[in-house]
Amino acid sequence: MNAQATPAHVAGAEGRARAPLLSPLAREWRKASWPVRISALCLALFYFFAVASPFVAPYDPTLQYRGLPNCPPMGIRLAPPSKWSQGLLYTHPMTNVDPAARRYQTDRSRRVFIRLFHDGHLFTTAAQDPPFFIFGSDALGRDLFSRIVYGSRVSMFVGLIGVVISFALGVAVGALSGYVGGLTDNLIMRWCEIEMSLPSFYFLLALAAVIPSGMSTVATFFLIVAIMSFISWAGLARIIRGMAASVRSRPYVEAARALGASRARIILRHVVPSLLGYAIVASTLSIPGYILGESALSLLGLGIQEPAASWGNLLAQAQDVQSLGRYPWILAPGVFIFVAVMSFNFLGDHLRDRIDPSSATASFVPR
Amino acid sequence: MLRFLVNRLLNMIPLLIGITFLSFCVMSLVPGDYLSSLKLNPQISPEVIRQMEAQFGFDQPLLLRYGKWLWEALHLNFGVSLAFRVSVTELIAARALNTVILSASSMAFSWMLAIPIGIIVAVRQNSIWDRVLSFLAFLGMSVPNFFLAFLMMYLALKTGWFPIGGTFSVDYASLGGVDKIADRINHLILPVFVLGAAGMAGLMRLMRSQILEIKNADYVRTARAKGLSERIVIYKHVLRNALNPFVTMAGYSLANLLGGAALVEAVMNLQGLGLLLLDAVRSLDIYLVMGSVLMGAVLLLVGNLLADLALVAVDPRVDFSSISSQ
Repeated sequence: MNAQATPAHVAGAEGRARAPLLSPLAREWRKASWPVRISALCLALFYFFAVASPFVAPYDPTLQYRGLPNCPPMGIRLAPPSKWSQGLLYTHPMTNVDPAARRYQTDRSRRVFIRLFHDGHLFTTAAQDPPFFIFGSDALGRDLFSRIVYGSRVSMFVGLIGVVISFALGVAVGALSGYVGGLTDNLIMRWCEIEMSLPSFYFLLALAAVIPSGMSTVATFFLIVAIMSFISWAGLARIIRGMAASVRSRPYVEAARALGASRARIILRHVVPSLLGYAIVASTLSIPGYILGESALSLLGLGIQEPAASWGNLLAQAQDVQSLGRYPWILAPGVFIFVAVMSFNFLGDHLRDRIDPSSATASFVPR
Repeated sequence: MLRFLVNRLLNMIPLLIGITFLSFCVMSLVPGDYLSSLKLNPQISPEVIRQMEAQFGFDQPLLLRYGKWLWEALHLNFGVSLAFRVSVTELIAARALNTVILSASSMAFSWMLAIPIGIIVAVRQNSIWDRVLSFLAFLGMSVPNFFLAFLMMYLALKTGWFPIGGTFSVDYASLGGVDKIADRINHLILPVFVLGAAGMAGLMRLMRSQILEIKNADYVRTARAKGLSERIVIYKHVLRNALNPFVTMAGYSLANLLGGAALVEAVMNLQGLGLLLLDAVRSLDIYLVMGSVLMGAVLLLVGNLLADLALVAVDPRVDFSSISSQ
């Protein structure tokens, strides 16, 4: 991109030398439209959730408040200035008036102060106080927000890791196949066709059913990622192969060959770099597929298992119509999935426009 | 043309064998087969289980079992569902109609709305309509369809305007002919909206981007310079050239016609093929899964072939040699 700088930008070159890290980012920021900026902020927030879960989550995600199952979300209130020595924000606790029907009433006579930066958490309540459920609690009385925060670890990294695997496989196999050609190419492409003609969702389900139920969450997570990457690398490889085959006869590749460069060198130094722009855009746009795939599996009970949380398995309770009608706040994880998917779509679309302006209008992600 | 057809059909054979073999291997990888859950059932005697084992050949090596399945499948015998003890063909046929009705109506919904909206939005690029509708399309494409299904279920629960999931009412059998159809349609509205929304958003964006790409082509400028009316320019010059990807898409969606809606069927409790296959995969009902996989793969390959044939028929710039060299 620097190479394309117009004379107007050349004047800024000195500024770039002074602040090398900030200015390219700031420039990108200025060029982005507001939906793209909001998307970037949302993703940054979610990745912060994932990396700093113990800090962001107010409670232990597996801690069960037995007296408060399916408790509705509690409102945040600003305390009057005279009380600011005790805390800036407070909430009224909920009391379980009818444990059988799980009906709650706000106890307006009591105030529970929300402690900011207390006990290693961003916000929480004191140990002797009743808990503060910002998004309500689940059927076992666990804080839904804390579970969402811990669940972001699964949902936010499933896409990243999955894309890295399928990206590496797709680019390597595609570039090799396209550049080498001949029988190798033919065999690889037949294999890709088989993989692409598989009914992917059911194949995913069948493979997920192979995962033994006693496995640790981390191992299950990596198996799910591996399965999804295995299903999706073929499509990428085919496209990359087509591009590599067209790069093959470009003058700069022929020049490299004439200069006696080895086949490996040509693939690594000349063919692969020319395909990276496309691959980056394609992989950003394919991250939502991984997030949705994991959510769907976990929703159906084949993915991440309780008591570990993922955005998909948190939604499983909503499959019960009774629960959905009476405790609609259990849909909150779905909002997070939606926002994450949308942010990646906006970002991928924007990246495509930035990297390859010629294909700016051709944007369609088949689902 | 004949050569192209024969070539493509011959190409399908190794593909289908590869697909079914891969699926067969995966289903056999699963620790414990369907019978192991039966063995835990004290009401079923060991003899019955041994008999079933011999009947379905679970003691034989994988390749032999696959060969047997393939041989039977060639004779259009897709085996018996282990869970239902009914032939797979019968089971699939019983559910297929529900799914076809659902998918076909949601496709009709999305295509019939998306294409005109896409055209209008592209012709008035950067107008307020374009911005609002394009943004909505982005939202529609990003909302997971299972989440939308949950939201619609909640809407149905709270307003009472629509039935809460299901394919038909409890008293369906007692209704008269017209009421039966009305009852079905009433149950279809929400699922069709859920399934159609994402497809509609995607198609609308595709239509818009196609038209924008072609709007500035030389032949369009020539048509305008000739003094043709804007209507004719758009409908005869721009639109006809924008249709190619839609022909391909229509072919692809043939495969989605059966079984593309499993999650929504699960959430909204619709008795379709998707739900049947979902249960089959979960309970390791291998012959039912294999039958559905084969059907899905055949539909996908035939759909692609039909799309290519249609493309040649629609676009004089495309001929058989350019398709087969892809």
